[in-house]
Amino acid sequence: MSATAETVTPAGRLNLTRRQVALGLLICAIVMALARPILPEFLVRVPDRAILPYDSFLQSVFDFIKDDLGLRYLTRTISGGLEWLLDVTANLLYGKRRWPNLGPIPWTAITGASVVLGYWLGGWRTALLAGGTFLWTALIGQWKLAMQTMSVIIVAAPLAFMLGLVLGIVAWKYPRFERALRPLLSLLQTLPFFTYLLPAVIFFKVGPPAASVATIFYAIPPMVLMTILGLRKVPDSVVESGHMSGATRWQMLRHVYLPAARTDILVGVNQVIMLCLAMVVLTAFIGMPGLGAKLLSLMNSLKLGRSFEIGVTIVLLAITLDRLSKAWVVKQPEHFARGTPWAKRHIFVLAGLGVFIAFLILAQFVQVADHISRKQDLSMGKEIDGVIKGFLDIDAVQAVTGWLRWFLITWVLIPLRNALLWLPFMTVVLFFMAIGYLVGGWRSALIAGGFFFIVALTGWWDRSMITLYEVSAAVLLASVIGFPLGIAAAQRRGWAQPVLLACDTAQTFPSFIYLIPAIMLFGVNDVAVIFAILIFATVPLTRYTIEGIRAVKPEMLEASDMSGSTRAQKLWHVQLPLALPTMAVGFNQAIMFAFFMVIIAAFIGTQDLGQELQKTLAGNQLGKNFVLGLCVSLMALAINHVIMRWADERKKRLGLS
Amino acid sequence: MKLKIFFAASAVVLSGSMGLAADSSDPIVVPIHNWSSQIVMSNVVGKLFEEIGDNVEYVTTDSQAVYESIRSGDVTLEMEVWEGAFGASFRAALEKGGIVDAGDHNAVTREDWWYPMWTKEACPGLPDWKALNECAAVFATPETGDKGRFLGGPVDWLKHDQERVDALDLNFVVVNAGSAAALWAEVAAAEADKKPVVIFNWTPNFVEAVWPGEFVDFPKWVDGCDKNPSVGPNPNATYDCGNPANGYLKKAAWDGMKDKWPSAYELLQKISFTNAQIAEMAKFVDVDEMEPEDAAAAWLEANEAVWKPWIE
Repeated sequence: MSATAETVTPAGRLNLTRRQVALGLLICAIVMALARPILPEFLVRVPDRAILPYDSFLQSVFDFIKDDLGLRYLTRTISGGLEWLLDVTANLLYGKRRWPNLGPIPWTAITGASVVLGYWLGGWRTALLAGGTFLWTALIGQWKLAMQTMSVIIVAAPLAFMLGLVLGIVAWKYPRFERALRPLLSLLQTLPFFTYLLPAVIFFKVGPPAASVATIFYAIPPMVLMTILGLRKVPDSVVESGHMSGATRWQMLRHVYLPAARTDILVGVNQVIMLCLAMVVLTAFIGMPGLGAKLLSLMNSLKLGRSFEIGVTIVLLAITLDRLSKAWVVKQPEHFARGTPWAKRHIFVLAGLGVFIAFLILAQFVQVADHISRKQDLSMGKEIDGVIKGFLDIDAVQAVTGWLRWFLITWVLIPLRNALLWLPFMTVVLFFMAIGYLVGGWRSALIAGGFFFIVALTGWWDRSMITLYEVSAAVLLASVIGFPLGIAAAQRRGWAQPVLLACDTAQTFPSFIYLIPAIMLFGVNDVAVIFAILIFATVPLTRYTIEGIRAVKPEMLEASDMSGSTRAQKLWHVQLPLALPTMAVGFNQAIMFAFFMVIIAAFIGTQDLGQELQKTLAGNQLGKNFVLGLCVSLMALAINHVIMRWADERKKRLGLS
Repeated sequence: MKLKIFFAASAVVLSGSMGLAADSSDPIVVPIHNWSSQIVMSNVVGKLFEEIGDNVEYVTTDSQAVYESIRSGDVTLEMEVWEGAFGASFRAALEKGGIVDAGDHNAVTREDWWYPMWTKEACPGLPDWKALNECAAVFATPETGDKGRFLGGPVDWLKHDQERVDALDLNFVVVNAGSAAALWAEVAAAEADKKPVVIFNWTPNFVEAVWPGEFVDFPKWVDGCDKNPSVGPNPNATYDCGNPANGYLKKAAWDGMKDKWPSAYELLQKISFTNAQIAEMAKFVDVDEMEPEDAAAAWLEANEAVWKPWIE
């Protein structure tokens, strides 16, 4: 314990003045809030005449690029090529009438081949998972929908991978390019998904091409970051040996750097696939057919049972793709002794092809092997509907949700919301400056405060504050659930695994499926919105708490055991302080998830930025869409900066980084 | 040799296209939105186009943004242009050009405040709007205090409920749901203990088949009620009346359609569905849980007398 205290001291002395400055800023903020009635109007809200019509500026910039510069012709050409690719996969997977007019491939053939692939990558368990997923999809009657979704992922994921890889390599080679790229990537990662959708529709053709473009842009950032990370980590000794064998620059990259960074790059691939799947479902809003579109239309006619089944399919697909790509990460390239026959080296390719062709032939004669018709599927939609409605009908459930709704709205949500809306905007800006200064000096103060100031300048302050209020209320409630759950799960050996599995499932479940149960439990109001965000935000809190506590070094625990501390003391004085930086990262993730989800919650009915964003989607107002997207993004980035800065510093002080 | 055949073939094609004006073999792109009657109707029409030998393709799109896509030719037509919901977007697109009005359906549409039947028990004076106002308290929720709550549609449907509440001095707070799904979820949740609710609804709609209900009788719509304050019961306000009880339901098409697919365009102009037919299409999906394509096939099979004359 004393060791930690000592390391803090030198930094602590430095912090004294820093604290004072931060405190000063905070006092300014509070004074302004208290003096609100007598405060000049321009400190409460940015006056209307200072708000420039940024949306029409941006709109004319976009129009200029689109029409006068003719970028639209370029993008339409690109989308022509993209569409051709998509048509090929669409024909093969679900029989869209396009060249090469071969498909659809029978479901048994795809399932069989994927079992072989699963076995090759990760043994029987992954083989079973892959086979089981496809079998479920076919039997439940969703094969065509799933293949419509897959036909875009198959095109988008490799393209995102390649673009990300190239950008990553360039950024690693030229630091100046990286400095320019980084902020852009952060922006891309925090922009609400509605902001991806509209430009995609305008510049690319509505339907699968626009969907794949939005998906690619959404999935690129982690690929770039992982590539840079991986290339940086390549040990000097490996590089030396490359130079010694006289490799050219291209050879160095191809045969030394990339293979050495393989694991990190493949982790990037895994992320790309997962993000693609998440986004493809959301692109249902811009005309992407498949599981997402079906889910939307089912929810619009309130068929909870069938929606739930589609949710299960999406989770299964996600887990399968995740496990297969992770197995690929772990699997090292196989090397055969010289002279191994070709057939033996390619045994799995042959087996896969064999199974594929066998089922292809079988499907010619047996209808069920080719496709499962509507009458044959095993959907239980109606029965599940009954169960869900029955549950909601229980008086006790009604009483609990009714009370919760009343309590939260009257005592928590409305006061919090009114308070945030009442505050002068300068108070909020100064508050974030104070926190920024505390964690990172003037630079952080300017970033955190400045971002909020820009939000105020756009004139969307009230809407932004409502968004912020929903996010903070949800994350606070999520902390009340997530932290204790994570701590409890980390303490007991058998608990962590199931809780982490539940986290995985909750996270891959298509986000908007939570919205309908939320409405049915709480009605169209902020409680339903908070509830929907809550589910999503609890996941990272729980997961990072578990991981943070488990990562505490055993020596530390032994030391505390030897000094005779009780379990509670061990938890409070050893485990939690050491896990705190990791938990902060989880907290940060929770906030980012909440910002993502709050926009989707516009589907329930909100009065925040999400609602305005939804409106722009219908009216094709690209300029306004971007301004609103930036407001969300800037708030998220400001908070992200503060928390990550704090966590980094803390890690350094604890000697964890 | 090959070149010769090519020329001969193209000559045939050319003369063919000049003489008979045959439809292009490119697929006609039919948009699909997120409510059942439109999905089934689009499938029905798609199957009719296939019947006359054209190729058809469906895309899922936003129901407001679709007019922009029609203008650029990405989407060929739209089967359900509701006066109340999409009139504004449609008219805006008409002005910009590239889109044409392909005629009205026989059906009339109505969009207004609506309540499920059980609400009448708590507020027996319904459907009169004054009676509704008197029992506003039974519609109260925690967030609206002692005023009643009216659950409106998503804000981008651009309804004037708030103006009406002000003009008629109603004791109601307008809360906007974010989607149609949110509206139905509220009704479904209210059904359990027969809670009174008043929401935004429209006809033809599947909801009529699931939860019987009625529209609230507001002062009758008179032309100018939305622009001229002196029209309607309140001399100082606009929107002091109900929505028109017989709005149009139009078809729209890309203006290149009549040249590219002349026969299909002719067919499209003839097509006209009634309220009962549209409700039946929606019912196949929403109540009988059929897939839209199957519902379209079932509808065509049952109504041959209706569509046969169109394609002859």
